Amino acid sequence: MDIQDQDATARWEALGSRDPRSRGTAMEHISQEVMQRVESIGPIPATVPSPVATAGHPTSDLNDILARLLMLSKRCPFDDVRERCVWLLQNVQDFGVRIPRPLGNGPSRFIPEKEILQVSKVDPRTQSIFEDAFAALGRLDNISLVMGFHPQYLESFLRTQHYLLQMDGPLSLHYRHYIGIMAAARHQCSYLVNLHVNDFLQVGGDSKWLNGLDGAPQKLQALGELNKILAHRPWLLTKAHIEHLLKAEEHSWSLAELIHAVVLLTHYHSLASFTFGCGITPEIHSDGGHTFRPPSLSQYCVCDIANGNGHGHLEERRGNHQVSEVSGEVEVLMERMKQLQECRDEEEASQEEMATRFEREKTESMLVATAEDEECVPSRDVSRHFEDPSYGYKDFSRRGEHVPTFRVQDYSWEDHGYSLVNRLYPDVGQLLDEKFQMAYNLTYNTMAMHKDVDTTMLRRAIWNYIHCMFGIRYDDYDYGEINQLLDRSFKVYIKTMVCSPEKTTKRMYESFWRQFQHSEKVHVNLLLMEARMQAELLYALRAITRYMT
Amino acid sequence: MEKMSRVTTALGSSAISGRTMFCHLDAPANAISVCRDATQVVVAGRNIFKIYGLEEEQFVEKLNLRVGRKPSLNFSCADVMWHQMEENLLATAATNGAVVTWNLGKPSRNKQDQLFTEHKRTVNKVCFHPTEVYMLLSGSQDGYMKCFDLRKKESVSTFSGQSESVRDVQFSMKDYFTFAASFENGNVQLWDIRRPDRYERMFTAHTGPVFCCDWHPDDRGWLATGGRDKMVKVWDMTTNRAKEIYCVQTIASVARVKWRPERKWHLATCSMMVDHNIYVWDIRRPFIPFATFEEHKDVTTGIVWRHQHDPYFLLSGSKDSTLYQHMFKDASRPVDRANPEGLCFGLFGDLAFAAKESLISGDANRKPYPGGDRRYPIFFFKKPDLTEQFAHVSSALSVFESSLESKRMDWFVKTARLYLLSGKSFAELCDHNAKVAKELNRPQVSTTWTMLRIMFSDPANLSTPGPNHIGKLGTLPLMNSFSMKEMGMGTESRLDRSKGESRQDNIHLELGNSLINNICPTAENEETEGSEGQAEYMFGDAELDDDDLYSMEHDNQAAEEQEYTLPQEAFPLRHEIMDNPLAPEHLQQDKADSPQASGNEAEVMCLTPIESFSLISISQPLFSPHLPAPFFCPVVREMLSHYAEQGDVQMAVSVLIVLGDRIRKEIDDLTQEHWYMSYIDLLQRFELWNVSNEVIKLSTCSAITCLNQTSTTLHVNCSNCKRPMSNRGWICDRCHQCASVCAVCHHVVKGLFVWCQGCSHGGHLEHVKNWLKSSSHCPAGCGHLCEYT
Repeated sequence: MDIQDQDATARWEALGSRDPRSRGTAMEHISQEVMQRVESIGPIPATVPSPVATAGHPTSDLNDILARLLMLSKRCPFDDVRERCVWLLQNVQDFGVRIPRPLGNGPSRFIPEKEILQVSKVDPRTQSIFEDAFAALGRLDNISLVMGFHPQYLESFLRTQHYLLQMDGPLSLHYRHYIGIMAAARHQCSYLVNLHVNDFLQVGGDSKWLNGLDGAPQKLQALGELNKILAHRPWLLTKAHIEHLLKAEEHSWSLAELIHAVVLLTHYHSLASFTFGCGITPEIHSDGGHTFRPPSLSQYCVCDIANGNGHGHLEERRGNHQVSEVSGEVEVLMERMKQLQECRDEEEASQEEMATRFEREKTESMLVATAEDEECVPSRDVSRHFEDPSYGYKDFSRRGEHVPTFRVQDYSWEDHGYSLVNRLYPDVGQLLDEKFQMAYNLTYNTMAMHKDVDTTMLRRAIWNYIHCMFGIRYDDYDYGEINQLLDRSFKVYIKTMVCSPEKTTKRMYESFWRQFQHSEKVHVNLLLMEARMQAELLYALRAITRYMT
Repeated sequence: MEKMSRVTTALGSSAISGRTMFCHLDAPANAISVCRDATQVVVAGRNIFKIYGLEEEQFVEKLNLRVGRKPSLNFSCADVMWHQMEENLLATAATNGAVVTWNLGKPSRNKQDQLFTEHKRTVNKVCFHPTEVYMLLSGSQDGYMKCFDLRKKESVSTFSGQSESVRDVQFSMKDYFTFAASFENGNVQLWDIRRPDRYERMFTAHTGPVFCCDWHPDDRGWLATGGRDKMVKVWDMTTNRAKEIYCVQTIASVARVKWRPERKWHLATCSMMVDHNIYVWDIRRPFIPFATFEEHKDVTTGIVWRHQHDPYFLLSGSKDSTLYQHMFKDASRPVDRANPEGLCFGLFGDLAFAAKESLISGDANRKPYPGGDRRYPIFFFKKPDLTEQFAHVSSALSVFESSLESKRMDWFVKTARLYLLSGKSFAELCDHNAKVAKELNRPQVSTTWTMLRIMFSDPANLSTPGPNHIGKLGTLPLMNSFSMKEMGMGTESRLDRSKGESRQDNIHLELGNSLINNICPTAENEETEGSEGQAEYMFGDAELDDDDLYSMEHDNQAAEEQEYTLPQEAFPLRHEIMDNPLAPEHLQQDKADSPQASGNEAEVMCLTPIESFSLISISQPLFSPHLPAPFFCPVVREMLSHYAEQGDVQMAVSVLIVLGDRIRKEIDDLTQEHWYMSYIDLLQRFELWNVSNEVIKLSTCSAITCLNQTSTTLHVNCSNCKRPMSNRGWICDRCHQCASVCAVCHHVVKGLFVWCQGCSHGGHLEHVKNWLKSSSHCPAGCGHLCEYT
């Protein structure tokens, strides 16, 4: 049985080979096996009312295979495999066996499937990255597909993730996946949790751990606290937390392990943000990604048959409608950027000008929930900072805790964080550094339909706005710019995504930057994700540094 | 002496004096700077901006420049510099991007003089011109450097580095117009202050940000740079291309670097993270700091030599909110604590060892190294360099040559090549390997293989050669044929370790006659000669028996069906052999393990070997015909660990593979993995790629088998357009031609492809071979003279 299993795994893996011949052979094997099984149980499924529920072992086994075939038929970057899978599924159906259909509309609920998938067909670079990813993992997850809009970033992202999960590191493989699960669960991101539960079991993890943190070793339980704080209120992290983890006698962490864990936690917290922010749907072959019910019984029938295109049309129509309504939104934004540029070139805005700007922002923004007026309005710069709506992040000020602002000039990623990470977990500092820079500097010099636009200012505003929500301050930034450049719906989206990503809705996604392309919105998501990761990392690393000194 | 006098002249009559001292600041410091006459120091940080007077015994706060109820961000300093010509003039770089100058001569409390807010991002560095009063230079995070004339309200020129973030700017001490700038992307640029349009030259100095740079105060061409990559590099800028002449590797990213005055080769560094010490390096001695100051409790953020011509005073500010004056005489000298020793293996197993002369001469009358190796100390004397203040150490170098037989690893290579690990029946594999070991003159290993075969395969046919055996070992008590056989082998192996010399045997003293002495491969070879004769003779005897044994057995294959019927005696004996002799308590265990032993005449023989101390029991219980193979597992496990500990991991792994499932579960995965890794590593060092691959393939640890799956990618360039092939088979994306076409038959090569490294043409292995038999030119007609070797 073991050997059979191994054989089967090997066969699936061979599908990722770059050599068409070995793919062909593997496909041949698989189809033989499937047909064999189908023939052996051929007549039964037709009579069984609900195969999924009542199916005995062989059928559910077969169903898994069929689901996998379905996934391949849609997601495999190799044409030949896709075609063969479709053909095979057709054959199976001809035998009277029910075959699964994908639920949902492609990799993302927010973005029409065909727009995502055509990316790989256009750009050979994306295609080759997809092939690499497929060969490495035997799957091409929806996250990668969506990130495929930005191949340069995707490459860096996959390299980092691969290093964190597969390559040399202080933590064992199942620990890494478990930490991934812990982090994703913090944001109730079932997509990532499912993905890593599978991986966790595959690398030999103990399924008892999956019952809850109680089932896991004490060492991991101790990490729960760090996970919680990092995810929601990283600014509360102190060196006492670190000490608690490192000095727990037999269950203690080593510094290197802790760094690895921290990088993993922050990676998955921010990845959860991305997952929700882009409305990533479950993988086709996992639960909730497909159904065996015939289309006619399903309420999804229309869109399912059209495979999401129905929705797409609808959206497009609505989109067109909106365009006429809100045309000029982009132009306004660009105009503002230009003005800011000019105005700054002249001279710093005067005191009064700044004040009125804030006034307007204050009334405009409903987000200023608990912007406690500081005893005295401090100097211009500081007040600008405190007044910022994001600073009123409920957990931050509601409790009246006084949290000193984190000054980037005193502890920055480039100078301090990088050195610490690289010292304790070699090469990861470099990989993260590249990833951050890639995300921060990525630009195509376009905005919606306009070309040759310098978006530096906008990107910086988004980045700093997110850091601002975590209480991280850049001395050299005029936070008034944020209010100029980011409109309310956009701020709502950013804040939800960063602070409580599970609440992100399609409406939020659609209501900001309505004229922008999906690829640009994904770009924004990447920025959000990386900025958040860096913010969390900065707090965690600073606590570790303090512990060490 | 001459230098000293120069110092005094430079300092004039007011020679500075003082002691190591410190004072508490209210807040962490970011930077410090001294005024020209070395009497005052300014400390700047996010929440501090003060001037302290340097007095004989203490620091005295002279002035607080941070005034006003709510100090603005302009007071939050990233850097500060005191003008070296004009003693009332200071400049600071603010984190919000402002450049501020301060005039101490102002009568009001607020000494702020000029405010330049031209930079868009944090200003990292300000620098006054060393001789020009009104010229100030700044470098900022926004990638620009600006030059200000303090008589004007705005900058006179702007220099664009064309990249993110300027980390440091420094005017050259000697060239009036030149300044250097270091960047976050690892570059260093040289600019002429008169030409703001383009840098004079640029070179990449570090990987990652270059945090600091400093011109040598005397030598005009030298620039020291320090970066996040933990290196300090000294560049000679007088040549056409900047040339790296010295490099010091530190243990943490380098935040500041400052040349030591009056000492050509010395510079001080401090780090940005993790490491709190200040080091002074002699750049010619990059491995160990010349001096270390260890006072700070948090990272040091600013260092400055107190006076331009005095090398004995160093001031430093730190994140721990202290300001220190370090006296050079109080510095710790790591070199005093270091043990100058070195050890290195040569290509052919020679060993060189260098140590302080005093250490070696102590045991000069030691007897020559055993094994006949020659030892000859060689002394090298480096001509002492007077300018170097390093403690001179004379070391003795000893070279130990390995004798050809003892340390050569030939046996390892041959064994690795010749062993069979799979593909035949278990017994055959064991026999083969035993033979291999025997031919290489490693009788113990050979015997082990034989025993393994006996233990784990059918023993029934062993009875036949019994009588033969007894005949030869006549002195043994005759229990049965097996007992004879086993006895002989058991003791012989056991005595491998006991060296057979000072035994105190009680019962089987006569057994000594049949004992065969041989030396573990890793043991000292001095004993070899003494016991060689006997060993060969006796062992030869025993081996003969074994061979007889095998020949019989082969005639008798059918009997192999009956597994698990090993004679009982075999096991206690084996136990002894595998037993780690260092652990006498095993004796008790062993006896307990074998119920029969207690009831029977269990003879115990105590051996007191030369260097290992063991209690070894030999028991000869009753014959019991059915003994399951797993019964031996603990024994075999211990044997394997023993071999592995002895350094013969080859044996451990080979047995592991050959025994396969029989033993695998007995040994924990980590240990197995460890053995495999060690063996594979050894094999690869000897370039035995095929064997190593076979081992990887045959191993059952998932961690090992996956080694074969790593780095399986081969990157090739298209032979037409010379650009990297993307990964889509045989056709190059760019030039749309088949990339790997055989130059001889013009078909696509799918399989073994050989190509010339000179002209990159090639093709089917056979075709190219044939072609090059008749012609020496490239088959593609490119004119290259290809070679096939």
